[in-house]
Amino acid sequence: MPQPLNYLKETASQTAGPYVHIGLIPAMAGFDIFEKNFSNMLATPNSQGERIVLEGKVLDGTGSPLRDVLLEIWQANAAGRYNHPADRSAGALEEEFRGWGRAGSDFDSGLVTFETIKPGAITDKTGRKCAPHVNVWIVARGINIGLNTRLYFSDEEASNAADPVLNLVEPAVRRKTLIATRSERAGKVVYSFTINLQGPEETVFFDV
Amino acid sequence: MNVQAPALQDPRLNRPEPFAPPHGDGGFFQRDRSMHPPAHAPGYKSSVLRSPRQALLSLENTVSEITGPVFGHNDLGPLDNDLIRNYAKDGDPVGERIIVHGRVLDETGRGVPNTLVEFWQANAGGRYRHKKDTYLAPIDPNFGGCGRALTDDTGYYYFRTVKPGPYPWRNYVNSWRPAHIHFSVFGSGFAQRLITQMYFEGDPLIPVCPILTTIPDKDALDRLVAPLDLNASTPFDSLAYRFDIVLRGQRSTYFENRTEGN
Repeated sequence: MPQPLNYLKETASQTAGPYVHIGLIPAMAGFDIFEKNFSNMLATPNSQGERIVLEGKVLDGTGSPLRDVLLEIWQANAAGRYNHPADRSAGALEEEFRGWGRAGSDFDSGLVTFETIKPGAITDKTGRKCAPHVNVWIVARGINIGLNTRLYFSDEEASNAADPVLNLVEPAVRRKTLIATRSERAGKVVYSFTINLQGPEETVFFDV
Repeated sequence: MNVQAPALQDPRLNRPEPFAPPHGDGGFFQRDRSMHPPAHAPGYKSSVLRSPRQALLSLENTVSEITGPVFGHNDLGPLDNDLIRNYAKDGDPVGERIIVHGRVLDETGRGVPNTLVEFWQANAGGRYRHKKDTYLAPIDPNFGGCGRALTDDTGYYYFRTVKPGPYPWRNYVNSWRPAHIHFSVFGSGFAQRLITQMYFEGDPLIPVCPILTTIPDKDALDRLVAPLDLNASTPFDSLAYRFDIVLRGQRSTYFENRTEGN
């Protein structure tokens, strides 16, 4: 027998269930308990960059919106810098901008909304430039292990075309499932997205 | 002679670049999906329409995956890890008083320090304080059912609560969830993000639960079952259960001399 490696095994995932709001967004469950709550508002008054709204739905295999889904997003600031010590890139860090938020879908419409800033292009550890994007993590009843995907921006055509992750997606027709569409509404910049869990337009999900 | 020449220059600067350890790129160990429930698990009916059918696209970790949100004590309130007190209105909640404690580790066995652990559960009668829960068991006026904690420098966390009750749910006509507590854990990078559920040693509903049995590996399932930990109980006050959580290991050395999370 060779020496044992003795690695531990990752704890198994379990669904977040229909009552995920109790733990992660108690106000949506219908009560007030914590002094400080996490939210879908990532931008602070001092945040640099363009203020944007990310707005979309997660659709099931019949095309119906999930009305009990929870999304978290993780993103760099406008300078392309993540607020984390493992990001050693040169962009200026903004201590106040955590770059993370969570949102539950509306119980009636299924709409999910974040208010944030548009992230800058990322410089990876190898020096590659990556197109601006937001990392998305999705949990809900019926989702056994959290789903990872990304949102890119429709007005970043040149950098999207050169992005090393988007270029991994084959067939290329599926790349559009990762792109949020820019529009302006009542003076706000809105990027709209649809995440399809199944079907011909199924969103690209990553094994990260 | 013992007199050293003044160090005008760090002599290491003149050395060739040393061979780097083969695990320093900061990526996480590949996730072993045979330990996790598959997305499509027909015995858990809700998964049928909510499971992706295309293959996941394997992504070598970039800076987007090895970084993740950092939390601190400023994010929490003083009662956040005490579910017996954090929603109490006119007394303690009904139920068996328990302490739940353990460590958040990674696959190399190292504690994951300063990471956020969130937990939520039904009350002792199996009823959630949630506007969508209509089970006939009563709401407990003194129990909210959620809390959170930061792990310490060694990855240790603990909280106090009452033991949740089992409850029926619509899967088969007679499906019941074993008593469980939901856990959400972050780790140091967004690719470690995990939600799971903790079960209680000896619960006869464990082997017949359509959600728990989505896990294909018997040992992985057993690792979700917390043993009674009498040594950690408080005599004449609370029993204790021990629940360790393992997140993915990381091939990280290059920022090891900086404290993670600071």
